[in-house]
Amino acid sequence: MSELLELAGVHTHVGRYHILQGIDFGVAAGQTTMLLGRNGAGKTSTLRTIMGLWQASAGRISLDGKRIENSATPDIARLGVGYVPETMAVFSDLTVKENLVLAARDGPLDDARLEWIFGFFPALRRFWLSRAGALSGGQKQMLSIARAIVEERRLLLIDEPTKGLAPAIVVALIECLAEIKRRGATILMVEQNFHAARELGDKVLVMDNGKIVHRGEMAALAADGGLQERLLGLSLETHQ
Amino acid sequence: MTDVAASGSLPKPKRDLLPVLLPAILALAMLPLIGSGSSWVTLTVASLAMGMMIFIMASGLTLVFGLMDVLNFGHGAFISVGAYIATLVLLPLTASVQADSLLTNLAVLAPAAVLSMAVSGALGLVVERVLILPVYGQHLKQILMTTGGLIVAEQALYALWGPQIIPLPLPTSLRGSFIVGDVAIAKYRLLAMLVGLTVFCGIQLVLNRTKIGLLIRAGVENREMVEALGYRIRRLFLGVFMVGSGLAGLGGVMWALYREQVHASMGNDLTVLVFIVVIIGGLGSIGGCFIGALLVAMVANYGGFLVPKLALVSNILLMVAILMWRPRGLYAVTSR
Repeated sequence: MSELLELAGVHTHVGRYHILQGIDFGVAAGQTTMLLGRNGAGKTSTLRTIMGLWQASAGRISLDGKRIENSATPDIARLGVGYVPETMAVFSDLTVKENLVLAARDGPLDDARLEWIFGFFPALRRFWLSRAGALSGGQKQMLSIARAIVEERRLLLIDEPTKGLAPAIVVALIECLAEIKRRGATILMVEQNFHAARELGDKVLVMDNGKIVHRGEMAALAADGGLQERLLGLSLETHQ
Repeated sequence: MTDVAASGSLPKPKRDLLPVLLPAILALAMLPLIGSGSSWVTLTVASLAMGMMIFIMASGLTLVFGLMDVLNFGHGAFISVGAYIATLVLLPLTASVQADSLLTNLAVLAPAAVLSMAVSGALGLVVERVLILPVYGQHLKQILMTTGGLIVAEQALYALWGPQIIPLPLPTSLRGSFIVGDVAIAKYRLLAMLVGLTVFCGIQLVLNRTKIGLLIRAGVENREMVEALGYRIRRLFLGVFMVGSGLAGLGGVMWALYREQVHASMGNDLTVLVFIVVIIGGLGSIGGCFIGALLVAMVANYGGFLVPKLALVSNILLMVAILMWRPRGLYAVTSR
């Protein structure tokens, strides 16, 4: 399968800190790749570097063969990359509708696509004209994801979508992301919730100290408790 | 587009109306202290007119700070430049300015105001590219650069126009007052209120009814996410900076006509006042800036009438009181 996104020897410095220390990986088109690792391993930094929010200090990043490591964030977004940050970053002073209108960069909102999104997230229909700042944490996360998929994107970068959410909302979110995946989306997702990662991931990358320390099939990692414990410090029983 | 109708049962955020009511509360509270109804009306109208002019000058600054996180201490230069440019139109056309016809007067005032806005806006473009661009994200350097820019602009105005104060008489039909009973309402103050309200409504319309306005509001809140959605916010920055500079130029024209004189340090003199308004309003908030400007003008006018000695410090006292009540200003917008 062809790689939609490729990183080769990518380093990122933030101030005097050397965050990413030469990472190489590819994300195949139509697949979901999970990026796992302990806090501070460099997962969010990887997404931010791909998105151009932090500049790679060395290495190569290609999207469908086009080099993007020196591109500005808006140009990377315009190549078809949707980004759901860890902080959700919904515009709280704007309504749900206005948040989505802004995200629909290429024109007016598409009715059919909106109905598709409302199918996953009925709350967004209900609170369409409410200020995003008044939504609950789970609803903000839904809006943040809806913003990334309101138009067709070639690659979705999603940073810890289940973080801090109630279990019931996590289940709904996993169902939604699974459906997005079934429609052929290419996703690179950071996730601390191993259950969510196991449900959604085709491939897995594990990071530690700014480096990729493991890569492989998600199913293989899910089946190997010892490997999980070694890489992630997880006990399989607690994540069944 | 699907306009999915009503909102659901989400608790509506409380409408924070107290700041909006403050000017009215202050005005009513002053009525018994001032005693005379006609003096109260005159002072109130003077406050509203002055407040509107300050708002026009400050509105650009609050947007520039809110969206761009730029501390532009040189904002006053655009005010001065706007006023001087107006003299280029109004002084050679003295006959039209002195004509006893409102239409003839407005026919020279309007192009003078438009030219002032255009030149100040163009100067804004140069300042953003040359002075601000290299120091984005560095507040201390921004203060140094823009303060330096203000000094250079002031000295350039002295060099071009000389050190003397230039008289700028009001057009004939805008002199004098409308007399209603025993109340006198200055005609120019009414015009200033009209222009100020038009600018306020125009900005609100753009911010709330257009996609550019959505982008500005979103950018004030989270610039990074606006960029991640694919919008080149630098261009938006530049546009807002130019509009803000142009509005300062318009404010300069209005203020010069209000004072009937132009001098190179007028922008510098007004900078502190404009910053007080922006801080009181809540950095980045147009509504807060509007209310802040009215409050500053009211305190200056009522205070000057009741306790003249207090007039010198009234603005600072107002700012201290507001910030003790709401440390981030009346309507805090940015997370900064």
